Amino acid sequence: MLICENCQINPATVDFTHVENGEVQKLRLCAECAAEKNIHVHGPLSLTDILFGLGDENVEPSTTPDHACPSCHMRRSDFRKTTQLGCPVCYETFAAELAPMFKAMHGDVRHVGKVPRLEQVNVELRLLQRQLDDAVEKQDFEEAARLRDAVREANLTKRADAN
Amino acid sequence: MRVEDLVERPGAWLSMGPETGVAISSRIRLARNIRGAAFPGWAGQEESVQIADSIFDALGKVSELDGALVLKIDQLDPVDRQILRERHLISNELVDKGEGSGLVVTRDESVAVMVNEEDHLRLQVISPGINLDRLWARIDAIDSSLEEHLTYSFAPDIGYLTACPTNVGTGLRASVMVHLPGLSLMHEVEPVVKGLSKIGLAVRGLLGEGTEAAGNMFQISNQVTLGQSEVEIIGRLSEVVSEVIVHEHNARQRLMEGRESQVRDLVGRAHGILRQAHLMTSREMLDLLSALRLGIELELVRNADVKLVNELMLLTQPGHLQRILKQTISPEERDVVRARMVRERLAKLTIEKDLTRDAT
Ligand SMILES: [Zn+2]
Ligand SMILES: [Zn+2]
Repeated sequence: MLICENCQINPATVDFTHVENGEVQKLRLCAECAAEKNIHVHGPLSLTDILFGLGDENVEPSTTPDHACPSCHMRRSDFRKTTQLGCPVCYETFAAELAPMFKAMHGDVRHVGKVPRLEQVNVELRLLQRQLDDAVEKQDFEEAARLRDAVREANLTKRADAN
Repeated sequence: MRVEDLVERPGAWLSMGPETGVAISSRIRLARNIRGAAFPGWAGQEESVQIADSIFDALGKVSELDGALVLKIDQLDPVDRQILRERHLISNELVDKGEGSGLVVTRDESVAVMVNEEDHLRLQVISPGINLDRLWARIDAIDSSLEEHLTYSFAPDIGYLTACPTNVGTGLRASVMVHLPGLSLMHEVEPVVKGLSKIGLAVRGLLGEGTEAAGNMFQISNQVTLGQSEVEIIGRLSEVVSEVIVHEHNARQRLMEGRESQVRDLVGRAHGILRQAHLMTSREMLDLLSALRLGIELELVRNADVKLVNELMLLTQPGHLQRILKQTISPEERDVVRARMVRERLAKLTIEKDLTRDAT
């Protein structure tokens, strides 16, 4: 059995990831020490709890490095403090962490609402690509060929729009 | 036009509309961000100012905003900021921002765009009563016009990208402010609030949380922004709010059938205190005005209308009081000044004679 790394007495039941000055520190703690460090093990889940897996036993938060967004340099630990992302690229940077949170919060994870005029071709492309993947998986080659042509055409439209 | 000129006007969220009653006002806001730029909370000062300039420029080209008031937050004095917040045109967050943030608001206050609040743009449309379909048509059009001058941050799978992931997707928050004194008197607010949160809607009291609402005012809004279209979100909210309105009318009917004396007593006492008090906190006033509003809607009170009640709710807030009286008022003095304003404005009000007699 693992012993709490803080008091060295009680059995460790909580994984605690702590970030200080960019250094990720991992601790295995007992419930009391965790409470002392302000981890609400049984409290209501907050946005950051879901995002950083504190509320989800299947996610091991300590194994993910504290990577930064290439565009705005926000780190996961920054987001944790503010619960706001730094820039649009952050959605790609932290996609893996965000996906389960979207699901927990919104149920469905795909946008079905308004699309800006400039983005319509991209949305269409994404849809065609998804259908194409489906067709290939089902080995429906006739349909796949038709969809491949449609994707090519949409790409041409996109390039024409960009010019 | 300056902020000062707004003060004595009714304001979009408290003016009378044909559908005004249980539903006081409706609002839709869209969160939008500019492609390639850091979100306001993370952007540097220089970048914020630059983005704000391009946004103000784009807003100036939208015909729906012709003649709108353009306000830079760092150029407003604290009382002006407070007045805008009390009129529900800006958030607490925007009040505390500096250079690079601001507001564009139409003269009738039905459209208000916050610049560099939590997101680059927070487009809001407001109307009295419940009117979400028309509000959506309006904000959709403004948003589409803006798209001609700005490039939004958008991802095909998750929609409009927002600073807080809880707004991603449509970036839409629709809300309706409802007045529920009947349900409150019947002790039925709590089950309604619980039911609404179970189906994914948020309920907030006007001040405070949940059932702790001042003046029995509750704001009901959607929480989910991803995986549902705008029309679905709005349709669902409208449907649910319509049900709440029916419940409220039922509760009022049951009250008048079973506990008429109690209702008349409540309205009569509220009237008495409002007309005679010399010290009044804003919480007390909101609760008393709730009773008066109920009395007006049940036709127990003559010579007063909901317009007057709305006016008092708006004008007795600290920022408005200070601007109207053209002086700084300490928190201790506020209750005196508020009570005086209420007394003066209600002086012409009379309660139906019946009210002083026993209802038999
Ligand atoms: Zn311990
Ligand atoms: Zn970023």
